[in-house]
Amino acid sequence: MHMADALISPAVGGTMLAASAGIAAYSIKKVQKDMDDKKIPFMGVMGAFVFAAQMINFQIPGTGASGHIGGGLLLAVLLGPYAGFLTMFSILLIQALFFADGGLLALGCNIFNLGFYTCFLAYPLIYKRIVGEKVNQKRVFAASIIASAVGLQLGAFSVVVETLLSGKTELPFGTFVLLMQPIHLAIGVVEGIITAAVISFVWKARPEIMEKSAYGEPIGNISMKKILAVFVVAVVLVGGVLSWFASANPDGLEWSMEKTAGTAELEAKGRIYEVMSGLQDKIAFLPDYSFKTDGEDNQDGQTSEVVEAWPAVSPGTSVSGIVGGGLTLLLAMSVGVVIRMSKRKKKKATV
Amino acid sequence: MADITKALYNMRLLDDLAQKESSIHRINSLVKLITTVIYLAVVISFGKYEIIRILPFVFYPVLVFTLSDLPAMPIVKRILLVEPLIIGIGILNPLFDNQRILLGGMAISKGWITFLSLFLKSSLAVTVGILLIATTGMDKLAWALRILKVPKVFVLQLVLTYRYIYVLTEEVARMMRAYSLRAPGQKGIQLKHLGSFLGQLILRTLDRAQRVYEAMNLRGFTGEYNRGENEKVNARDFAYLVGWVLFFIVARIYNIPKLLGVLLTGVIG
Repeated sequence: MHMADALISPAVGGTMLAASAGIAAYSIKKVQKDMDDKKIPFMGVMGAFVFAAQMINFQIPGTGASGHIGGGLLLAVLLGPYAGFLTMFSILLIQALFFADGGLLALGCNIFNLGFYTCFLAYPLIYKRIVGEKVNQKRVFAASIIASAVGLQLGAFSVVVETLLSGKTELPFGTFVLLMQPIHLAIGVVEGIITAAVISFVWKARPEIMEKSAYGEPIGNISMKKILAVFVVAVVLVGGVLSWFASANPDGLEWSMEKTAGTAELEAKGRIYEVMSGLQDKIAFLPDYSFKTDGEDNQDGQTSEVVEAWPAVSPGTSVSGIVGGGLTLLLAMSVGVVIRMSKRKKKKATV
Repeated sequence: MADITKALYNMRLLDDLAQKESSIHRINSLVKLITTVIYLAVVISFGKYEIIRILPFVFYPVLVFTLSDLPAMPIVKRILLVEPLIIGIGILNPLFDNQRILLGGMAISKGWITFLSLFLKSSLAVTVGILLIATTGMDKLAWALRILKVPKVFVLQLVLTYRYIYVLTEEVARMMRAYSLRAPGQKGIQLKHLGSFLGQLILRTLDRAQRVYEAMNLRGFTGEYNRGENEKVNARDFAYLVGWVLFFIVARIYNIPKLLGVLLTGVIG
């Protein structure tokens, strides 16, 4: 479920980062309102709890597979949506930094997909509504399962949308949705069952903890208006920025549907420059690509060169491209090796 | 079980590496964070068919890695650990984008080009991310966030989460050991036990939090995050930032490998 840096475009990553940071800023404001200095360590320890809990693999009955919980809903239930969201934020940040789970640019997407839906939609609109005033085990189970399934479905759908808007993979929308939604429905239900089991255990063992987080704290009442406002701004931003990109650059969907002719135009085979020129030829048949380099490079002030380079098949340039590429890598490696060696020498000299 | 100890070991290792002394470690944390983010944004901004033009960006991780004196194996291992995920998603590209092109007399689908580009980009992104944390460490990064005006509440919470992870992971390891000793021949924890298992962990967590909080209070905790020393941005840090950003811009605008190739082959396209 964690998205990686390379799968998103800077526009999508930046927008989602801005949206997540906006929601985080709003949550911080809210949390600070009813903050005693005890709450921060509490949030810290709960974040670490979810982190640790994710390392516990359980057996999924009937299959040989094992899984672990995500913990978003559990955090929302125990800490309230605002603190829950902030805690999810730090967990994902630490995972991105230390385990390369997701990346720094994709952080905004991941926080939104895993934190926003569970804390700000599934928890207040589903969990709280179903559990209501009179808490009992049945309600907790129903609420947890439905809330976590819905939260995860929304998150999974977001992954699909963000990936497709970024245009980095060729997966068609339908296939991607069919891959993502059912598997996350199953995961969501299991997660809901576990969340419910944990909540009812804590409820029985230490009712005061649950009561405090359910009624005692004002964080249960969220102003959906403001949250929605942030969301709308994010959507407008995403839509605005991306439609601007999209107009110049139809995405992978159209690409994969487009069937090109022109294999016949490849004349000689075997020698690398002709191959590369064939590649260029091919790519040049797709108008979007030249548009794209065109658009991109316009910003860099480099239009003419690239536009020429692609459609006009010039074996010379492609050879130099490949040779240069190899040379670049060689240079990078040798710089590294030279530094290493000189460092070793220095060390020896000082010893 | 093994997973948990391994995860702990890996985090400790990164913490250890961040304590090293090298020219990269000495660079201001904020500068390193900003450079990394700019690098990521630039690399990711390349189109999905670009491969050659991304290659100059290999210089940054290579230089940072060698100058920082980090051991190769742990870093490479970490990068390799993440690759299957990327390959898992990217490998579908050749299936869905199956326009054929000829390469070396062999018809391959254009998806392979996008796959390679994706693979290259993600490897670079993962590498610089790990290099950032391995040369900076959590405390200094938290400090950088404070300088960037990220609210105190959040930074403090982040640092505490990070600290508590060690404590709780050890707790989990103990509980898992106890469970596995009472459940021989069983992999993982049964689903029906998970509720009380995690519930137990929460109770222990809360007790621990209470104790830690009291200990913090006794030592004068007022909700402030004090780091003691403060890093300053000096001329060297500034030069580091400006130098790299200039390089990124030049490499983004000009096709350096092609220019090099032209120089070498003498063919002017």
